[in-house]
Amino acid sequence: MTNWKVILNIAKTHLLTKMKSTATATLGVTFGIGAYITLVSFMTGLNGMLDDLILNQTPHIHIYNEIEPSKKQPIKYATEFEDALNVVHSIKPKKGQKKIHNALPILNYLKQDKNVKGATPQIRAQIFYLSGSIELGGNLVGVDIMEEVRLSNIQDNIVEGSPEALKNNQNGILLGAGLAKKMSLNVGDRVQVSTVAGAIFPLKIVGIYQSGIAEIDNIQSFTNIKTVQRILGEAENYVTDINVKLLDIAQAVTMAKNMEQQFQIKATDINEANAQFETGSNIRNLITYAVSITLLIVAGFGIYNILNMLIYEKMKDIAILKATGFSGRDVQLIFMSQAMIIGTIGGIIGLVVGFGLSVLIDNAPFNTEALPTITTYPVNFKVGYYIIGITFALLSTFIAGYLPSNKARRIDPVRIIRGT
Amino acid sequence: MRPVLATEHIDKHFHKPKDFHVLKDITFSVGQGEFASIMGKSGSGKSTLLYILSTMDTDYTGKLFINNELVTGKSQQELSSIRNRNIGFVFQFHYLLSEFSVLENVMLPAKKLAEKSHAEIEHDAMEKLRMLHIDNLAKQRASRISGGEKQRVAIARALINSPTILMGDEPTGNLDSHNSENVFNIFKRLKEEEGLSLLVVTHDEDFAKRTDRIILMEDGRIIP
Repeated sequence: MTNWKVILNIAKTHLLTKMKSTATATLGVTFGIGAYITLVSFMTGLNGMLDDLILNQTPHIHIYNEIEPSKKQPIKYATEFEDALNVVHSIKPKKGQKKIHNALPILNYLKQDKNVKGATPQIRAQIFYLSGSIELGGNLVGVDIMEEVRLSNIQDNIVEGSPEALKNNQNGILLGAGLAKKMSLNVGDRVQVSTVAGAIFPLKIVGIYQSGIAEIDNIQSFTNIKTVQRILGEAENYVTDINVKLLDIAQAVTMAKNMEQQFQIKATDINEANAQFETGSNIRNLITYAVSITLLIVAGFGIYNILNMLIYEKMKDIAILKATGFSGRDVQLIFMSQAMIIGTIGGIIGLVVGFGLSVLIDNAPFNTEALPTITTYPVNFKVGYYIIGITFALLSTFIAGYLPSNKARRIDPVRIIRGT
Repeated sequence: MRPVLATEHIDKHFHKPKDFHVLKDITFSVGQGEFASIMGKSGSGKSTLLYILSTMDTDYTGKLFINNELVTGKSQQELSSIRNRNIGFVFQFHYLLSEFSVLENVMLPAKKLAEKSHAEIEHDAMEKLRMLHIDNLAKQRASRISGGEKQRVAIARALINSPTILMGDEPTGNLDSHNSENVFNIFKRLKEEEGLSLLVVTHDEDFAKRTDRIILMEDGRIIP
């Protein structure tokens, strides 16, 4: 039988008469939780932005022809050497074409798959950008630009011009921002490209493409598929890559495997392509949590200290409460509820402070050339972090309160009253 | 006379710093409405005995009965509620909760007992304070009143749950003669008007002589 009203009333009186200590302990929790919320929101926001930066440029499944040696060398087909140990020196890659065999039927097939959001053909061609006598090596990617706009965030990366302009111009090019800078070119200018074979074509710049990743912006440009096919002198079914976007990204691995078998072709899924990237995200998250937990533990020690002191100060009160019929459990509850009150109030203020700081960061201007579409710092306002925050505040104050209050429970009133 | 408090063969040892047999075979009882005092020299074990009787000290052998009910061996939780309901305690040093008002100090044990409504408890508490002529201090902080007043507040607190027995550990030990007289008169009146049983440890011979019965202790024994 616990009389909560009396216990909470005593706890409240203790907290109010020791306003300074109460405020210090509460501030400790507030600081810990506020810092946790701010840190985790900011860090995960940044992580999300970086993920998007890389992942949105990567298709969920990428289909292409890999240049590699045959897995089964001719000698394996000879039955008389079946059980022999065959050693083949100087294996060369199998001669084949870069284009995907039967690309157009594959595309049609993929577009009918229910889990496929879209499949776009691409042609990657090695070319040179000509600027006077200087030749800059690079890539020209032929794309179905309107499909790309639908399926990826390419539009965000077109800093000048528009995708429509490319679609409407059969000789148009979206020039990489780094290239444009190097060659002092702008929208409306012309740029000459030359194929590896030596043919030279003039293209009109209809836009500037900036992904934010310098390595890409310095070599890569986009144009229409037909334009590339014309430059390379290839037929309309010449497609080197197919990018597939799925509705359910979790299916990527199995679908990629199926495609490899079905089409006798190389298909890489997003996880394979970005394994190292995920590791980076995980480590950043780990650091965030390590710092936050440290802050909360420090706050917990603050509460532990203050309650410990309070209990020493209140020895006589504890003895009196016990002498007049309060049980050890009641006394423990008095001090536990003080800890929990501090934890709750400090935690809630901490959430508010964390939210306020997050909003502040979210609105702080953040302009960097590498990221043209970002104007403010990215912040992740996920409710889950607030729930974790308040849970941790309550948990740490519970532990910090439990130890001293347990001591209070065991105090022998006779020793205090007799003064021994 | 029905005994409200009785002991059978209580023995107690102090173990630190070395073994010391502080109470030896204590058997006695206090009857309903009796005003008894325990006297003895320092170290005779009278306070130790009182704390055993108050159920706060459980480290002893023998048997303790309150209201004919064996309390020896009960859990701390049960002992707390026995103290709350049956025993009023007044100490040499008044020991009030200094952050609470006088009224709140008096009400606290009754709130713990939680048998009456808040309004009834407050009414009872005011009644007790009025009886002890300190009702004008009800709203004062307990740390702001004089020693004699504090002791009367402590008595009011001890009485709030209408206990079976009121125990005092030198309740007048820290008071001047005027206030001592006052406290004695209050005790006397409680016994006569309300039939309360009292057991008081004291050094004060004048005080003891005016009680119904003196229990004299020496070297851990009751001298018959």
